[in-house]
Amino acid sequence: MLPDLEPEALVVLLERMIVARRFEEELIELAGDRDIGHFHVYIGQESTGIPALSLLEQGDLSFTNHRNHGHLIARGAEPGPMYAEILGRATGYCRGKGGTLHLASAEHGFPTTSSVTSGCIPLAVGAGMGLQRLGSDRVSVCLVGDGALEEGAWHESANIAAMERLPVVFLCENNSLEALGQRAGEYPSSTMAASDLTELASVFGIESVAIDGLDTRAAHQTMTEAVHRARSGGGPTFIEARTVRWPGNRPIWPELATGKTDLSMAWDASLIRPEHAIWHREQDGLLGFVRELLDSGCVTSDAALGLDKRATERVREGLAFALDSPYPEPEEALEHVFAPRGD
Amino acid sequence: MPRMLYAEAVVEVLRRSVEGDDRVHLMGQYFLGLTPHRTMVGDLYRQYPDRVYFPPIAELGYVGAGIGAAIAGLRPIVDCATASFTFQAFAQILNEAANIHYMSGGQTSVPMVIHYNHGVRGGGAAQHSHSPQAMMWNTPGLEIITPSNPADLIGLVLTAVASDNPTIWVDHVRLFDIEGEVPENIEPIPFGRASIPREGTDLTIFASSWMVRRSLEAAELLASEGISVEVVDPRTLVPLDEEAILRSVAKTGRLLVVDECHLRCGVGSEIAATVAEHAYGDLLAPIRRLATLDVPVPFSPPLEQYVEPTTAKILAAARSVTGVQSGA
Repeated sequence: MLPDLEPEALVVLLERMIVARRFEEELIELAGDRDIGHFHVYIGQESTGIPALSLLEQGDLSFTNHRNHGHLIARGAEPGPMYAEILGRATGYCRGKGGTLHLASAEHGFPTTSSVTSGCIPLAVGAGMGLQRLGSDRVSVCLVGDGALEEGAWHESANIAAMERLPVVFLCENNSLEALGQRAGEYPSSTMAASDLTELASVFGIESVAIDGLDTRAAHQTMTEAVHRARSGGGPTFIEARTVRWPGNRPIWPELATGKTDLSMAWDASLIRPEHAIWHREQDGLLGFVRELLDSGCVTSDAALGLDKRATERVREGLAFALDSPYPEPEEALEHVFAPRGD
Repeated sequence: MPRMLYAEAVVEVLRRSVEGDDRVHLMGQYFLGLTPHRTMVGDLYRQYPDRVYFPPIAELGYVGAGIGAAIAGLRPIVDCATASFTFQAFAQILNEAANIHYMSGGQTSVPMVIHYNHGVRGGGAAQHSHSPQAMMWNTPGLEIITPSNPADLIGLVLTAVASDNPTIWVDHVRLFDIEGEVPENIEPIPFGRASIPREGTDLTIFASSWMVRRSLEAAELLASEGISVEVVDPRTLVPLDEEAILRSVAKTGRLLVVDECHLRCGVGSEIAATVAEHAYGDLLAPIRRLATLDVPVPFSPPLEQYVEPTTAKILAAARSVTGVQSGA
């Protein structure tokens, strides 16, 4: 179902979802032409992250992981400096020091990005502690996958967040639902003995909820409630979004297994070919969101195509900007080890 | 000039830091370890309950929380108690705190202090006797202070708290009973400036933290044997006052490094390498390294003393480097 938002706001969400999708598609295509190293794409999780993170406000802090591209776009980061960072250019958000693994933009609420599984959890909890002790009403959002809950850092940090009633929202995008264990009817993740990830939070007394990652309304609604709880001193919340792993994400190196997304499939089922039909009909959150917007009358198919054209142009311009950007001077490797010292 | 115990200076600088900046919060409760001095910090905790956080036994979680809090705008002083416990938190200290400013391209800073008590404390055995400062030094992005007396402690920690970088505050429980003069209006001590607590002409002893005390004790005894020792205390390992070390070696022509890290890849090894690289021509004798032997620290007292750098070992090493036979 659609989030409880004005039509204009829904259109903004749609545009960000399309930008996030096209961003990754262009990147995968680029990786076919040149070696840009390993990277992780957000395709398949847009219907969770875009509605959830778009509602954060200036000053709210977010700590993400290796699969971060969509998160930054959700909070308004620009494709140009993102691509530039991923390509190691001087114009990247981190001046080429971080790359895709550490893509961070402080001005968009991403002070640092840890690509060590669970690395961001203590940081996000600590940021919540800092905000609480500073008397701020800003919140800290911790973005993890299901794998991070396998690490000890989760358990230590969840305990701290719960005991101190910290203004932290844990958004766990579980994309292991199709992992082997689950397929055998066992676990929600391939290497976790717990049968329900929310229990890993509720055991600490943390308010916990599981949502369908394809349900934009649920993502928006639960995140709204969680952020309100955090802002008003009600403590942390754990949201598990059960997302579908995009077929292109199954191999170690992402590939456009389902082709470049054709938004027309949302209203013209005849375009859907048998191969990956389930993805296009039921599991692609972007196509699903477009269908709901069409049904509600918020957008027309022409308007959706217009948004797509604009988003695609924006992404391509960003990529061109990055490719035209210079690499940093080699000596810049020596800068930023330390913040400036007074002595 | 007033005198105070090192342990009192720890409490004093924590108090000054808390009172001097609302953003300074204390995380952890074993700044003075389990020593008899531990109760001295209690008044501070009672006076500023809102500025103190007593964490669960979760070094990875709460040190990481200190990093996150620093990112959000606090200036936390986080205590890890025994140095060996920092291993629980290495993932956050070495892989997050040390890297964040760099990998964000300078966007984000981590203004925090991480305190630990290192070294052989007597009966700590293998899992409570580490000196991990060399491991941390091998991780770019961390400032490291190694005070050896009450006045330096206060001055260095004031600078550490004001620094926008993660700073490792290396303490030693055996220092807590040291008494020293502390100026009334003590100022922050800039990082990267060594002190020369004893001047001499025959031999340079480089030592940090507790080893400065033992080296000074040895130097006094060596003076009676006619060996004039200069002791160089770097006070901060990062940044390192390389100039002061090289200047001293140029003067004495001989170097003994005394270090409580294990020998291989220890702090002393780095100093020895630096001098060999830059001042080979000044050396009248081979550099000598004295460090904790390369075995886990054992429990039994005679075993423990056998592996740690004792004053007797410093005396023997100094005589050896200067070519003087045992003064006995």
